This record gives sequence, structure tokens and C-alpha cells, in this order.
Amino acid sequence: MLKLKQLAVGAAALGLTSLAAAPAFAQNKQITLCWAAWDPANALVELSKDFTAKSGIAMKFEFVPWPNFADRMLNELNSKGKLCDLLIGDSQWIGGSAENGHYVKLNDFFDKNGIKMTDFAPATVYAYSTWPKGSPNYWALPAMGDANGWVYRKDWFAKPELKAEFKKKHNRDLAPPKTWTELKQVAEFFQGREIDGKKVYGAAIFTERGSEGITMGVTGALYSWGFQYDDPKKPYHMEGFVNSKDAVEALEFYKSLYKCCTPPGYTNAYMQEGLDAFKSGQAAMMMNWFAFFPGLYKDEKVGGERIGFFVNPGQKVEASTLGGQGISVVSYSANKDAALQYIKWFAQPDVQKKWWALGGYSCHKAVLGDPNFAKTAPFAADFLKAMNGVKDFWQEPAYAQLLQAMQKRVHDYVVADKGTAKEALDLLVKDWQKVFKEEGKL
Amino acid sequence: MNDVAKASFIERAATATPAPVARVVKGLSDRAIAWLFISPTIILLLAINIFPLVWTIQLSFTNYRANRPNAEVKNIGIDHFQSILTDPDVWAAMQATAHFVFWTILIQTILGFALAYLVDRRFRGHGFWTTVILIPMMLSPAVVGNFWAFLYQPQIGLFNYVISFFTGLDPSSFEMIGSVKLAPWAIVLVDTWMWTPYVMLICLAGLRSIPEYIYEAAEVDRASKWRQFWTITLPMALPFIMLAVLFRGIENFKMFDLVNLLTNGGPGSTTEVASITLKREAFEKWRTGYSSAFAIILFVTVFGLANIYVKALNKVKSR
Repeated sequence: MLKLKQLAVGAAALGLTSLAAAPAFAQNKQITLCWAAWDPANALVELSKDFTAKSGIAMKFEFVPWPNFADRMLNELNSKGKLCDLLIGDSQWIGGSAENGHYVKLNDFFDKNGIKMTDFAPATVYAYSTWPKGSPNYWALPAMGDANGWVYRKDWFAKPELKAEFKKKHNRDLAPPKTWTELKQVAEFFQGREIDGKKVYGAAIFTERGSEGITMGVTGALYSWGFQYDDPKKPYHMEGFVNSKDAVEALEFYKSLYKCCTPPGYTNAYMQEGLDAFKSGQAAMMMNWFAFFPGLYKDEKVGGERIGFFVNPGQKVEASTLGGQGISVVSYSANKDAALQYIKWFAQPDVQKKWWALGGYSCHKAVLGDPNFAKTAPFAADFLKAMNGVKDFWQEPAYAQLLQAMQKRVHDYVVADKGTAKEALDLLVKDWQKVFKEEGKL
Repeated sequence: MNDVAKASFIERAATATPAPVARVVKGLSDRAIAWLFISPTIILLLAINIFPLVWTIQLSFTNYRANRPNAEVKNIGIDHFQSILTDPDVWAAMQATAHFVFWTILIQTILGFALAYLVDRRFRGHGFWTTVILIPMMLSPAVVGNFWAFLYQPQIGLFNYVISFFTGLDPSSFEMIGSVKLAPWAIVLVDTWMWTPYVMLICLAGLRSIPEYIYEAAEVDRASKWRQFWTITLPMALPFIMLAVLFRGIENFKMFDLVNLLTNGGPGSTTEVASITLKREAFEKWRTGYSSAFAIILFVTVFGLANIYVKALNKVKSR
């Protein structure tokens, strides 16, 4: 009987303790930040510990691998899901997310809290925050600047016998290429060559079909040939622009680079496949996002002084494909205040400096405008250069349709040998015209 | 359970039923009780099968997009149906589907029947080998798709090394899933590897259903094994073979998982079967109305073809 009584008292005490603890638990707020699963996300986890320490708001993270990121997150937004309080969404989503009410408009919040968009690099504000494009309507804070760049095996480029052979063949030094023509020469030079007892290949480029890979790769060449999506004087008028002579030449060039100089089986490769090829010592050069460069530089096997970086080569103009994202508050969040608190904290210059130091690419002028910025990392100067000439894909609400059309047409031409470059771009113009007609913009 | 035990069980159940419930049940007819038992299944069927079907039909006549929840939904009549049936890309996808369905069925039927014929011989250890042959169809398509994608890797994949061992070709000189010519066959091969055992199983059931005395009578008439095969085995197993073809045909017409994991429709759109196109329209381009119309067209096609086939099957069975 005594035992039973003791048990009852114990249970009551436990119940009381839980009740007493309940209000304290309720006060412990938690917000969820959604992003892609990649190196900078790990840096953000580290950085956000400071926010939790300062605000008492716990951070939960939902990181989705890149190939599924758009599907997963757009599904979440379209279903008005409450999973994410904060979302670092791709730049192309901004039109749809603004028009469909997925993101909270941040103008009033910025004004109240003294957050000035003029503190951020103009290209990043334009690309990551505004909709309609260039208007002072802000739906995100520039969070992660990024562009497509290149990394190369500096140790291979420095081999005396290779240098001599290259010089003899091309009458110039074996150095990071300045144009796509030079890049192809270098790639051809390395293709199939045996280095340190291993067969190596010229260049790992984007060829992925499913999400956005080949479009991001091909646009790297198109932009360097001066590609324009439409007539600057007549928006959405694409005939003669998307399928211009230069665009055809650029697309043909990209295909020739794919055919001559990629590793075997490289028919569906994006960021991860590129990293795999490069880290395993297969490729002399790799196209990839700047976001991966801090991690690559730290890599024990291929990093450090063994590698170098260069900005996307020019051809007719200097230009790079834009990556990167802004951070937005999701309209369906139940913790909007806490999410806005995070943005206010994140916008501070000191936090931005730490963000860059940890491996994130800050867009804040306090970081980028620092005279020593170019010296802070071996890829910093190229990042600055790239960000000055970035160009992005359509950011329209119908971007997914526009992107899928391009994926199909260029993959059909580049990888599947279907038709000519001109035919591929003509079909792309037709696809895009159809989309814009459905959208009522043509 | 014998009759006495059964009666006592029913009696105990009746006495244990609470009085109000017993009163209600006693007032119900047999038909009402039958409805009471099947209604959960019917409700479930309506909720997860019929309702989505009706809703899909309704959406197929609208411009609805799941990613534009605030946009006005307009009725656009048969525009989507017209647009789908006149789109060369859709016909290309249908061609890819037809290629896949035709070759997988043909190869699987021949191999499946041959395997069933062998296993039916009842050799020593035939039970063990039957189980071994059945393993591929017990695996999840997700697992099969992923590990074949690895096997097909030109640099590290075992498949290329095996081919290279027998032919002397350089293993990295060809790509199964990256080549326009080989990719459709790469998928046919994996599907055949996975589903031939299923065809074998159905054919085996057919072969085992043939009475032994027919063969004994044929032996008495001195019919050769070849003659016995063409006049007894094949005609009597034919309804089962046709059934296997029907099941595999319907399944492969809708094939998604293996293709998605192996090639994702590529290279380019070489292996883009109808279900991949449908997925792209519905969940990548978010054209919900359009993809609903496409789904209806696919459903009607497979339903119509299956009906014609079932009529043929019935004719064969009644012979």
C-alpha cells in the first residue's frame, strides 16, 4: 500500500513539474529555415548559432538536395505549407512567389528597421529582391551572391613539360583561359592525356536534363556571345534575339566543347557530378558555382595551392550566369515576427562579414566594398568580377515552363544530337512565345 | 470449428452485444447489414479513386495551375485536348512509349514462357531456382533503378566491364544510358530483367493447369514432343500468356519509376515516355489543367486498348 502511495505521489509530482515547465517551453520559439543542401548551408547553420544566442529563438533547418529543391519547395509554397518560416529561394522564383502571395513584401519592414537596399550590391538587389524587376518592391533580402565560375588544376598547368608543349602548339602560355576559344584549346590539350599515371579529361561542364543544369551551362556561353532574351525596346519580342547568329554560334560552341572534352558518360551532369569528376582528379577544368569554391579550396585531396579559379571567359562580351538567392519570409508562416527578426539580424554588416568568413557569399557593400576583399580568398577577386557582369534567366511567374522548354531544346541538340543549333533555338523561341501568349504578355 | 462450437460462439457474441446495439441490428434487413459491411470500402474507393478521377476530368477543361492559387480559373473547353493531340512532342513521347511497351512485352513473353517451360520440367532443385529467378520482381523499382544506373556507369559500372570482357571493347567507349541509340534498350533490358519472372510465374500456372492425361494420350498416338508443344502446350497455355501480356502491357504503358531513375527521359527526350511528359507538365511546369487532359487521354487509351484485348482473350478462352 505504501508503495502504491509513493507511486501516486511521484506521478503527481511529475505531472506538476510538466505543467510548470509548459509555459517555459512555449516561450522557446523556433523557426525553420529552408534552403538547398550544399556547402553554404552548413556555413549558415554555424552563423545562425549567433542569432539563437542573441534572440533565444531556436533555428531548425530544412535542406533539400539541389535536384529536388525546386520541386520540393515550390510544392510547399503552392500548397500553402507551414514548413518554412524563412526560405532562401532561387532567384527565378521571385516573380511567381511575389505574384502568388507566397512571400511577404518587405518594404515596410525595411523602412521601419532602417534596412537599406542601397547597402547591398545593386546587381544582387535587382536579381534577388525585386519584382517587378528593377522596381522598388522588395520580396527578399540578398542572402547569397553567386555566379557560375571555373576552377582549374593549377598544379597540372604548372608542369614544365606540359607548359612547353602547349606553348609550342598554341604559341601562348598554358594559363587560365580568357575566352571560350582559349578554354576549348586548353580542354582539348588535356583531353585523354595521362597525368601522374591517370587518364584525365578537359572540362567538366553542365549537361543535366532534369532540373536546370544544361541551361545554366549553355547560358554561360550564350551570355559571353552577347545573348539577349528579348528586344530591349520591345519586351518579350524574342525572334532574332534568342535565335540570333551569335546565339547559334555560342550553342554550337558549347556542343563542340561537350563533344571534345568532357569525361566519359558525362551526359547528365550538374554541380555534384562536376565536383565528383574534379575531386577525383579526372578533369583539368570544371564549371561550377562560386558557392562551392571555399569548400573546394579546403579539400584535402585537390584543394589549396593545387587549384586556381577564373571567371567565366568572355568571347564577345564579359558575362557570367547568375546563381544565388535572397532570403524571404513565407506568407503562410505562423512565426512571421521571429522570421523578420532573423532578417533584421542577418542584414547587419558585422553578421554579413562573419557570413563571408564562414564560407557564405555576402552581398553587402560592407563586405564587397572592403578594399581588402579581393585578397580575403583566392576566388574573391573573380567573384567580384563575375558579379559585375551577371545575367539571369527569366524571372517571370512562368519561369518553370520557360526553363523546362530550354532544358529540352538544348539537351536535345547538345547531348542527343537532334537537329541543328538554329533549329533548337527556333523551337525554343516558339515554345517561349507560346508561354508568353498563355500569360497574356504577347 | 464444428457446428456446436459455432453455435455456442454465435450465442456468446449475441449475448455480449450491448442491448441498444442489438436492438438496432435486429431491426436491419440482411441487405442493410450487407451495405453496412461494404460501405467503408465503397467510401474509401470513392474518396481515393472516383473523386480524383471526376476532379481530373473537370480540371482538364480549365486553365487551372496548381502554382497560381489566386488566379482566376477559366473554362477553356477542349483546348487542352486539341493542343495535346496536335503536339509533335506528345506524339514523340507516345512513340517512345510504344517502342518500350512493344519490345519489353515481346522479349519478356518469349523469355518468361521459355523459363516457365524449363522450370516446369521439375528437375532437381527446381524449387530453389524458381525462387532465385523470382528475386528481381520482389525488389522495389526504386532500388532496381538506382543500382542499374550504377551498373551502367561507363567508368565504374560493372555492365560495361562485362561487355568489354566478352567483346574486347574499351569499357568507357560506350554509354548505355547516355547514348541516344542505346538508352531505350538500356531501359528495356532492366525492365526485362525485373519483370520476366512475373511473366514466367503466370505462364507456369498455365503449364501446370494442363492435365497430364492429354500428354499421355498424345504419347499413345506417337505424337512427337515438337507436335505436343504446338498442339497441346502452347494453345492451352495461350490464355495465360495473353493475361501476362495484358498485365505487363498496362503496367508498361504507365511506366514511370524505372525510366525516371535511369534516364529521366534523356538523353534529350529520347526516352521520354508519356508518363515522364505527364510528370513534367504537372509538377515541373505546373500546367495542371493541361496535364489533367493528358492523363485522361492516357487513361482512355489504355482502357480502350485493354478492353479490345480482353475481348480477344475471351475468344481464345472460349475456343
